[in-house]
Amino acid sequence: MSALAVVAAAMQVVGVLAGAPFVVGGMRQVRARLEGRAGGGIGQPWRDLRKQLRKQQITPLGTTVVFALAPAVVAGSTLLIAAIVPLVALGSPLDSVADLFGVVGLLFLGTVALTLAGLDTGTAFGGMGSSREITIAALVEPTILLAVFALSVPGQSANLAAIVSATVDNPGQLVSPGSLLAFVALAIVITAEAGRLPVDNPSTHLELTMIHEAMVLEYAGPKLALVEWASGMRLTVLLALVANLFMPWGIAGADPSVLAVLIGLAAITVKVVVLAGVLAAGEVFIAKLRLFRVPELLAGSFLLALLAVTASYFFANPTT
Amino acid sequence: MRIDWVLPLVGVRFDLDPLGGVFIAATGAVAIAVGIHSVSYAKRERWAQFPLFMLPLFVAAMLLVPAAGSVTTLLVAWELMAATSLVLVLSEHRRDAVRSAGVFYAVMTQLGFVAILVALVVLSAAGGGDAFTTIAAHADSLTPGTRNAVFLLTVLGFGSKAGLLPLHAWLPKAHPEAPSPVSALMSAAMVNMGIYGIIRIDLQLLGPGPHWWGLTLMIFGAVSAVFGVLQASVATDLKQLLAYSTTENMGLITLALGAASLLSSSGAPTVAVIAMTAAFLHLLAHAAFKTLGFLAAGSVLAATGLRDLDKLGGLARRMPVTTVMFGIAALGASGLPLGAGFVSEWLLLQSLIHSPHDGDTLLALAMPLSVGAVALTTGLGIAAMVKAFGVGFLARPRSAAAEAATEAPVSMLAGMGLAATACMVFAVAPVLLAPALKQVLAVLPTVGGEAAALQIGTVLRLPGVAGSISPGLLAVAMAISVLLALGLARWGVRHRPAAAAAPLWACGADALSPRMQYTATSFAEPLQRVFDDILRPDTNVEVTHFAESQYLVEKVTYRTLMADPVEQRFYTPAVRAVTIWAQLVRRAHTGSVHLYLAYGAFGLFIVLLVAR
Repeated sequence: MSALAVVAAAMQVVGVLAGAPFVVGGMRQVRARLEGRAGGGIGQPWRDLRKQLRKQQITPLGTTVVFALAPAVVAGSTLLIAAIVPLVALGSPLDSVADLFGVVGLLFLGTVALTLAGLDTGTAFGGMGSSREITIAALVEPTILLAVFALSVPGQSANLAAIVSATVDNPGQLVSPGSLLAFVALAIVITAEAGRLPVDNPSTHLELTMIHEAMVLEYAGPKLALVEWASGMRLTVLLALVANLFMPWGIAGADPSVLAVLIGLAAITVKVVVLAGVLAAGEVFIAKLRLFRVPELLAGSFLLALLAVTASYFFANPTT
Repeated sequence: MRIDWVLPLVGVRFDLDPLGGVFIAATGAVAIAVGIHSVSYAKRERWAQFPLFMLPLFVAAMLLVPAAGSVTTLLVAWELMAATSLVLVLSEHRRDAVRSAGVFYAVMTQLGFVAILVALVVLSAAGGGDAFTTIAAHADSLTPGTRNAVFLLTVLGFGSKAGLLPLHAWLPKAHPEAPSPVSALMSAAMVNMGIYGIIRIDLQLLGPGPHWWGLTLMIFGAVSAVFGVLQASVATDLKQLLAYSTTENMGLITLALGAASLLSSSGAPTVAVIAMTAAFLHLLAHAAFKTLGFLAAGSVLAATGLRDLDKLGGLARRMPVTTVMFGIAALGASGLPLGAGFVSEWLLLQSLIHSPHDGDTLLALAMPLSVGAVALTTGLGIAAMVKAFGVGFLARPRSAAAEAATEAPVSMLAGMGLAATACMVFAVAPVLLAPALKQVLAVLPTVGGEAAALQIGTVLRLPGVAGSISPGLLAVAMAISVLLALGLARWGVRHRPAAAAAPLWACGADALSPRMQYTATSFAEPLQRVFDDILRPDTNVEVTHFAESQYLVEKVTYRTLMADPVEQRFYTPAVRAVTIWAQLVRRAHTGSVHLYLAYGAFGLFIVLLVAR
């Protein structure tokens, strides 16, 4: 573990912290322009955060410490994921602390914290949002873990650095059926997990369709700022992770030079911007699914992930 | 150790090895926590002397089972365990539900016992002796037919004790109806004995088995895990939810055992070690978090008289310590990082994904499907535990009894504290268990000799394959990043007006009533709809209209009944068939002593004829 690898990991955390509101703002701007609106500009989420953070801290009556701490747990788990996963460079000092299964677990830890907060308010909306969110999370988990399985086959490990460096060393495997199927499956479940269309509409407050927004309806001021910041960071980290799992080019090695780290930072920024733009543009053309149609979509992605693993068994050249 | 005078002809025989030792240690630890907890539970529930006398006897029987060194001793201890637990289940026998659960339990446990009895008698007859050491020495000379028959019978018999499908139906009935300390003992310690039996007989004495043994165990395990967690995620009775979660976790352990067996017969002993470690670690972790869960549920039951999640709520303010305890248990049961079940589930997944890739079609199909089953189990397990904790302990009380709850007495809290400490150890420092696990793995022929390779240190490294995790460092890193996030939220604090409390938004109405909250039933409704085909809920919606106009609704009654579909489909026909047989046999019961004597003589003739 070199000093620069630590610096690179710190850059990932700071980059996600600072960049997430811009990613959200950029996606809103792309949507707005495609829908013929002017839009609030890329910096609008940052201005919102600043405004919210200066507002009065309001505790809803009857809520407990679970409600108060949940935003910090979501944000904290996302920051930890940003420090673990290889975004800028491969040799994160935390790479041996948690592998891809651990990262998925941390992701769900954040989800669980918010669902508990939704239940803690004791309102109909909070319960409704939590119930829907946990249903989707329960169905997303199998697909994510199977996709992890498919990805870990070429690198013989579920540790992220091993997966990514296996792809860097052997780019040909990206066009293997297993890898392609895993990509589609993972793309679907990450859309669901990040609360984007067609599973959840982040810009709706219509009671029939809300999922994530219903859970966090009682948050205001600085806590709301933290919740929104955290959900932006989750989206950013997930996009960056998918980008590097399937297109790792440009990432700095385990023992990088200063130039390599800078190239890695630029590469991941470009990748996230492109992916976010594609996602936002795609969202313009699709409508939200009915809640009870979502399981069908997730079952489909589960099947793709299962095929991905099976394909990796039958098509991959055995290296052992 | 032999004591010849205790039983005629054979005597009893105790042999302690590391395998039995682990189970004895787990049972002992559970019993200590339960014992402390039940000091005030027994006082509060006014237990009679009888259950107080039976409880230690039950614990003693459970300690004897893994210590038994011969078939006879094992069977005697097993039956003592079954009988004492049955008496304890029936301690509140004035309630109908308890009596019916007791009958169910009695029948199932005795059927399981018959299966074990037949299997072990066949085994000791073919193995040339009563002691396990003798059988182990002759294990190679057994015919495949005998081995397979013993395997199937023991998996059925021991599996029913562990609550595996399809012989699980007694578990979600008997565990909730027993007094809570007894539920904790049954769910955290007694079910382990089923696993012990499978390991001792099938994996140690007869092992390593052929390919299909491992596959059978994996199928039993995966089906039990998914079915158990599905039932748990729609259950509304707190203790029943925990009981179904026991079926789920025993399923996961069996799946891990099956994977270990399959992998070692497929020539991947190093990966088999990982699966076996996962099984033992999960067994111990489950004992810790399930003890804690049932003890906390017992404290809630003692404080409110309620088990129904739809009527609970608001306990976080009234019973803060108990709430934290249940939270630790729920986190452990959900298999999330920082929870007790995480490390073992991680090991299980690692063993499944690292199976050899040499074109073995069986492995190529079994392993991905198992990962899918484990993942679905974890996902639904999270939903079940969020429901139990979020609906049961957070929000506002949904009934007067929950409103009047007060914190549990000190001895209950102390018992729970002990179990919670154990959960913490499993969650962040499994390194403390490494020496014990190493010794156990060394005595198992399925994975023997490879045990030294697994490194459980601060960073847990897998043997032979690349893979590592560090639960302790992860916890530290998580704490730091949550503090960082809290620090971020303090940005701009100088500009803020003084903090205030405000009422919740009631959608424009005056005030929120507790009835507006989501209940456990409504929380699980989406899942129930998604898994409609498997759960087959009996839902009934009745809409009553006003007499004046059918556009005005007077009231809507929604009733849903969750019955166990396996029970309905398999048990009801079986019970019906037995009843028909009983009716037929009853015709022979005329009450005439002469006829009965004739039956006796006739029976004797048949025996003599057959025996000749």
